[in-house]
Amino acid sequence: MSNIEYTAKDFKSDQYVRWCPGCGDHAVVNTLQKAMAEVGVAPHETVVISGIGCSSRLPYYMNTYGFHTIHGRASAIATGVKVANPALTVWQVTGDGDCLAIGGNHFIHAVRRNIDLNIMLLNNKIYGLTKGQYSPTSDKGAVTKSSPYGTVEEPFIPAELVFGARGNFFARAIDVDLATTKDIMVAAAKHKGASVVEILQNCVIFNDNIHKYVTDKEVRADRTIVLKQGEKMIFGKNRDKGLVLDGMQLKVVTIGENGVTLDDILTHDATTPDMFMHMRLALMDGHSLPLALGVIRSVEAPTYDQEVAEQIESVKARKKERTLREYLLSGDIWEVK
Amino acid sequence: MAEKTKIKELEKVVVRFSGDSGDGMQLAGNIFSNLSASIGNEISTFPDYPAEIRAPQGTLSGVSGFQVHIGKGVYTPGDKADVLVAMNPAALKTNVKFCKPNAVIITDEDSFTKSDLEKAAFTTDNPFEELNITGMQIVPVPITTMVKASLSDSGLDNKAVVRCKNMFALGLVCWLFNRPIEHAAHLLKNKFAKKPAIYEANLKVMNDGYNYGHNIHATVSAYRIETMPTQKGFYTDINGNKATALGLIAASEKSGLPLFLGSYPITPATDILHELAARKELGVKVVQAEDEIAGVCTAIGASFAGHLAATSTSGPGLALKSEAIGLAVMAELPLVVIDVQRGGPSTGLPTKTEQTDLLQALYGRNGECPAVVVAASTPTNCFDMAFSAAKIALEHMTPVILLTDGFIANGSSAWRIPELETYPEIKPNYVTEDMKEGWRPYKRNAETSVRYWALPGMDGFMHRLGGLEKDNVTSAISTDPVNHQKMVDLRQAKVDYISNCIPELKVLGDEDADLLVVGWGGTYGHLYSAVEEMNRNGKKVAMAHFNYINPLPKNTEEILRKYKKVVVCELNKGQFASFLRSKMHGLDVLQYNKVQAQPFMVNELVDHFTKLMEEK
Repeated sequence: MSNIEYTAKDFKSDQYVRWCPGCGDHAVVNTLQKAMAEVGVAPHETVVISGIGCSSRLPYYMNTYGFHTIHGRASAIATGVKVANPALTVWQVTGDGDCLAIGGNHFIHAVRRNIDLNIMLLNNKIYGLTKGQYSPTSDKGAVTKSSPYGTVEEPFIPAELVFGARGNFFARAIDVDLATTKDIMVAAAKHKGASVVEILQNCVIFNDNIHKYVTDKEVRADRTIVLKQGEKMIFGKNRDKGLVLDGMQLKVVTIGENGVTLDDILTHDATTPDMFMHMRLALMDGHSLPLALGVIRSVEAPTYDQEVAEQIESVKARKKERTLREYLLSGDIWEVK
Repeated sequence: MAEKTKIKELEKVVVRFSGDSGDGMQLAGNIFSNLSASIGNEISTFPDYPAEIRAPQGTLSGVSGFQVHIGKGVYTPGDKADVLVAMNPAALKTNVKFCKPNAVIITDEDSFTKSDLEKAAFTTDNPFEELNITGMQIVPVPITTMVKASLSDSGLDNKAVVRCKNMFALGLVCWLFNRPIEHAAHLLKNKFAKKPAIYEANLKVMNDGYNYGHNIHATVSAYRIETMPTQKGFYTDINGNKATALGLIAASEKSGLPLFLGSYPITPATDILHELAARKELGVKVVQAEDEIAGVCTAIGASFAGHLAATSTSGPGLALKSEAIGLAVMAELPLVVIDVQRGGPSTGLPTKTEQTDLLQALYGRNGECPAVVVAASTPTNCFDMAFSAAKIALEHMTPVILLTDGFIANGSSAWRIPELETYPEIKPNYVTEDMKEGWRPYKRNAETSVRYWALPGMDGFMHRLGGLEKDNVTSAISTDPVNHQKMVDLRQAKVDYISNCIPELKVLGDEDADLLVVGWGGTYGHLYSAVEEMNRNGKKVAMAHFNYINPLPKNTEEILRKYKKVVVCELNKGQFASFLRSKMHGLDVLQYNKVQAQPFMVNELVDHFTKLMEEK
């Protein structure tokens, strides 16, 4: 990291942005540039890797090192970049199809290995670039061009995959709340290890208003909760609703009703290794319980890239051979004189 | 008594060790070949493993073999064996077909009981008669009994004692070929460095086997093998997979770039992954990826970040990597892809050898997608070709596919440890500080068409690569038709230019020949042995063998058109022959093809070439 103060402009490339007018991706790229400036890693030490899909065009709009690769493989390519040069800050930008359908295998393994990547998963529950087919996150019954009678399959919930792959960082953001999204991106960058940020993003053409139930300004305060480390889990237009545990389940209560006080409300701890509460929070869907936004889980753990580097150093400390010839001469050899 | 021994003087000899997969035949064979190499024999070896990891003991499917060819002018592990060690009836049954008519067969007679014969599906109690073995010298030796007697005071349990049987056989064979047993003791010591009791037991049994040979020598032929004065230096025994791995390390040292391997286990390529994963003291980074695709993709990521990056696989894996190799072609990043070919299609014959991936390597990608294709011809040549593949990739910003095969990957020979100073420099086409102003990633050298390489972390050279077509000048995404044609042509020109940087094709054997034998890759040893044998018998045959396939050496056409008869020999249905025809209009070449997932035999080649020369 350098001492130079960066602004969002330092991370903007000269390319004309070609997403549809009104697409949620515009907000994401602008927010990402602001977050990168705040993180303070120089553009030439920052790498953005993507796969294929609307959101995967994002690297072209960044004045960093970037690589727009092939469908589904961004996690694997980003892994190679980070292992080769752990000094680089590596971001991956991906969509629900790229990441969870064709790239599902690479995604879960990147999370499992805990390689230090910042994975921005833009979830609009639809395939946009191929013009409107259902994705692995489309709700069951979704009517799309490839499911004219509705889908008959259950969707993935990204958080469940992350936790199932023993992930250490999961956060959720919405494309209409830029301030929170930026804070989450900064937190993801600062976390060492695979940081997954699910960004609920609107496809204005093929799946308009898919997240409206929770993102609409009128209802957002009552249907979402922004979790903050060490703070009480309260939400609502009047900040009078809170979450408590009722047996193994979360429950919404109103402060001041039925003798409930602020002290009864749960306090958010993203750093506890135990996944129980993080899973319960991440599965809230905005209906009977508010959808959780913010950093839900952020647990410190050794990262793959560092362990690879450390293992090499520890073997070097034990073995003295440094060149191929030295290695060969230390083995089974004979001399012809 | 020594004067009674019938001693045969031979230029070269083939020994085949065979037994149950738990009998330690690979180790016995290995020590014997190293021992022979250390006294100046040329060696070539080939292991023959069962496909099953642990097949039932004593059965035909559980037989493991190791063939060693030693002497002077050795280029293959040999067609057929002069001496066969068969530790049980199953080994005898599956290996007798690999023996010469007058071979010596040493058996462990203790393992030829009724139940042993039944396990090997013999129906009578005389396996030799049942197999119609006549004219061979059978030497039945009570190996198990003698080993047990020898180690009765060793304190080892019965299982550990019986496990020393292979060393008795080794000792006996060492006597038969007059090998200095002291060096074998040294090799054993390395092998059992951490188990002194086991080392002592093995050593004792090996000496017993040697002495036993001495005591029975009146009844069996012994051999004296010609040795060769070889170039001074340090030698080791190396197989093709290990040589491939080390060739990459050599290129890493020469280029100053760290080596990265992204790989997924696959037979018969996995030993490359094993070797590189163990070389952490040399700074090699290895990711065992979640699948073949991630193997190549992590390598592409590492290449983008400025490493010498490679991925190793076999045919099915190469198929999975195709799309990503296309990305490396489009992004113009250096990448070494190693395909250790095996029997196909689909899962095919994983433990056997073939040359059937050539067209896949050349053409198996979407779009006009040229990649460099090279091939290694012998186990030790794998080192040089891996080095060369890395050099081409780094200097020309292109994927290079290196084709080896199961035969040379697992076969081994003696190898003189090279001095890297004698290898060429590797100089990637890096950006320079003065290029910063207005730099674009697809700016390229006008002569070589190679783009300049800027590595993440360099200030002022931030850029975006990708699989989408780019503008030739601005490097921005472009769908312009004229630009696309230009970029397609540039990518092709870049690969074609490499023909200026590779060695010319050489003609071996009789320059003024009536027949030119053409081959590529791992068939070199068999083809060369056949041509040499025919030359010795006064036949006018020459040979041209290809290590560089795309692009071809510049003098290829000149040579191929010079000979009246040209026969292209391959372990496939004629892939290289059709490639040559496609490159040279009206080229008239004959084909000799075999797809049995086995190497050629020298004899069959000699027979076929002789017949070809007789035809008008």
